[in-house]
Amino acid sequence: MSRDLLLKGGRIVDPSQGLDTIGDVLLRDGKVEACGGAIGTPDGAEVVDVSGLVVAPGLIDVHVHLREPGREDVETVATGAHSAVAGGFTGVCAMPNTKPVTDNQATVGFVKRQGETAGFARVYPYGAISLGQKGETLAEFGEMVAAGAVAFSDDGKPVESAHLMRTALEYARAFNVPVAEHCEDMTLARGGSMNEGLMSAKLGLKGIPAEAEEIYVIRDILLAKRTGGHIHLCHLSTKGSVELVRWGKERGINVTAEVCSHHISLTEAAVEGYNTNAKMNPPLRTQEDVEALQQGVADGTIDLLVTDHAPHHYDEKEREFADAPNGIVGLETALGVNCTYLLKPGIISLAQMIDAMSCKPAKVFHLPGGTLARGSVGDVTVFDPARTWTCDPKQFKSKGRNTPYGGHTFNGQALLTVVGGRVVYRAN
Amino acid sequence: MAGPLGKDLLGLAPLSAEQIRLVLDTAIPFREISERAIKKVPTLRGATIVNLFFEASTRTRISFEFAEKRLSADTVNVAAAQSSVSKGETLVDTARNLEAMKIDMVVIRHPASGAAQFLAERIESNVINAGDGTNEHPTQGLLDLMTLRDKFGELAGRKICIVGDVLHSRVARSNIWGLTKLGADVAVCGPRSLLPNAIEEMGVTVFNRIEEAIEWADALNVLRLQLERMQAGYIPSLREYNRVFGVTSARLDKAPRDIVILHPGPMNRGVEIDSDVADGPHSVILDQVTNGVAVRMAALYLLAGGKPELAEAAKKGAP
Repeated sequence: MSRDLLLKGGRIVDPSQGLDTIGDVLLRDGKVEACGGAIGTPDGAEVVDVSGLVVAPGLIDVHVHLREPGREDVETVATGAHSAVAGGFTGVCAMPNTKPVTDNQATVGFVKRQGETAGFARVYPYGAISLGQKGETLAEFGEMVAAGAVAFSDDGKPVESAHLMRTALEYARAFNVPVAEHCEDMTLARGGSMNEGLMSAKLGLKGIPAEAEEIYVIRDILLAKRTGGHIHLCHLSTKGSVELVRWGKERGINVTAEVCSHHISLTEAAVEGYNTNAKMNPPLRTQEDVEALQQGVADGTIDLLVTDHAPHHYDEKEREFADAPNGIVGLETALGVNCTYLLKPGIISLAQMIDAMSCKPAKVFHLPGGTLARGSVGDVTVFDPARTWTCDPKQFKSKGRNTPYGGHTFNGQALLTVVGGRVVYRAN
Repeated sequence: MAGPLGKDLLGLAPLSAEQIRLVLDTAIPFREISERAIKKVPTLRGATIVNLFFEASTRTRISFEFAEKRLSADTVNVAAAQSSVSKGETLVDTARNLEAMKIDMVVIRHPASGAAQFLAERIESNVINAGDGTNEHPTQGLLDLMTLRDKFGELAGRKICIVGDVLHSRVARSNIWGLTKLGADVAVCGPRSLLPNAIEEMGVTVFNRIEEAIEWADALNVLRLQLERMQAGYIPSLREYNRVFGVTSARLDKAPRDIVILHPGPMNRGVEIDSDVADGPHSVILDQVTNGVAVRMAALYLLAGGKPELAEAAKKGAP
């Protein structure tokens, strides 16, 4: 039996219970024993004074790349999960574009076990939609679900065959899991390395038009309508995508959507000077897109805030822009980015932010957590939404250092991360 | 070493109008050197320059080499096929090795946009961009400006139209930056599939029909139409391109004024330009080649720390 943990005197914000109150949270045997009000200190309990801080159900990121198996030089499940808890995340969903692809029960089980062994954040593996992510043959969803897969995606590339996506949506219904799509029409996007617009014209880089994403957004919403399956749309980046998701939701179609912290905080201007740390897929878009995405989060059209954590070896990014890999280290900056760009300007409330980073991810992906209700898993994030800090990539727990935020000052930082009633990260 | 242009010449976008005029003015005395029996001055004696060409180029490389040799620099030519790039060496490794060899200048041609800037940020030597991807080709832009200035004097208010594959053209971008900074009115004309989506926002007029461009322009800069654009589906056929967008004497005959014709070469005769236009009285294509050596000499001289007021002296061999 583990030692009790009493978090004392914090501001408990738990949208799953409609809770925003000053009080204590007691964790026992890996679960929430009590939440709210003044709780007496049990014998032998560890007491942490969290007064002045926010106590929230543990943050969950449903979109990360942990690179293991295959690229352990870049990240391992363990270093990724360590990075997660340093950013305040108690659970992460690991995308299957590993080498080999996580498209079978053995690899799903391996990733899950690596996460359990590491003992930081909970690691929930994705399974690939198609064998080898080749877009040809449906992978064995049932066996992978049995091994621990929580969702399916060919992320990194789209499912080009509408027929295969339709089948995936239909087949996944039996297991009550979402099918997550990387929306990108490759015939429009191929060869592109940034947003198509004035900046790409100026820099002489081939652009990726917004429509490359939106064509797949509407296609997949229509397939979800046809099949009744749950389509989850990954890392949306355009105003048009938000409007299409809104259209789908208004019609009661089973669609959920996520946006990345970098897409609600940065524009294509960050690419100027051929900055490969601002190279990502989908690319950073325009101010109009950023504002539409922020608004989408605010009005609930966008369900989840994610990171698309994508670490790379430093020398892979230190090359010609068009040839550099996409993506940034996201887990350790996301809370700061979201507090700074959404919370501080009043675009969303604290409860909305916690809902999009914890409660809804748990609900949409059917994961433990996302609540501090009595008897639920003891996953808690304690953070200070106003604390000022400056991003120093050298301090990352991730093996990756690739971030466009180096030197940026944020408001909002995780100070204590608790998984299963055990403190797994404590800020200095 | 940083002269009046700064450490590097990466493009015309970062240069001021004054800096552009400085290069063009400096190129005039250097052009005279090429007219002499002994086409050599000791201006860059002792300087080592590497011409680093990751992409095939004949005229630009030869033009740079002439410019360097006429200034008495020691030069080494490296082509990608011979280099360690073919063995997988990255550009950053190449940069480090060049730096370790203590060279003074690098002239780089590379298929990736931003490659020249990438190199310049990592080495202390002066870097001249000899064309990077579809970004810029500043010395080509400068030689175009020099040729147009020879014809028109000041360029303010002059109407210059760039015709053809602007989307994939580094020459077009350098022209747009340079011409607009000198006050010219700039237009582009070509199939919409070969024009950047947001080109109007760069302050240029767009013509969809070559007849309208000819009606409007004082000069046409006709870009090469590469065969692979047809294969990649940007245009239906070269034949149709010539029929719809080709610069032909029949079309030029209807122009309200004499139009100066430029082309950065190499030309596809019978595709973007007809032979009788390329070789005709309005063509300044060979003047461009001559001016190319002069502006490159000027750029090398200025980047090496040469003082503008001493350019005349440099011409005489006593910098």
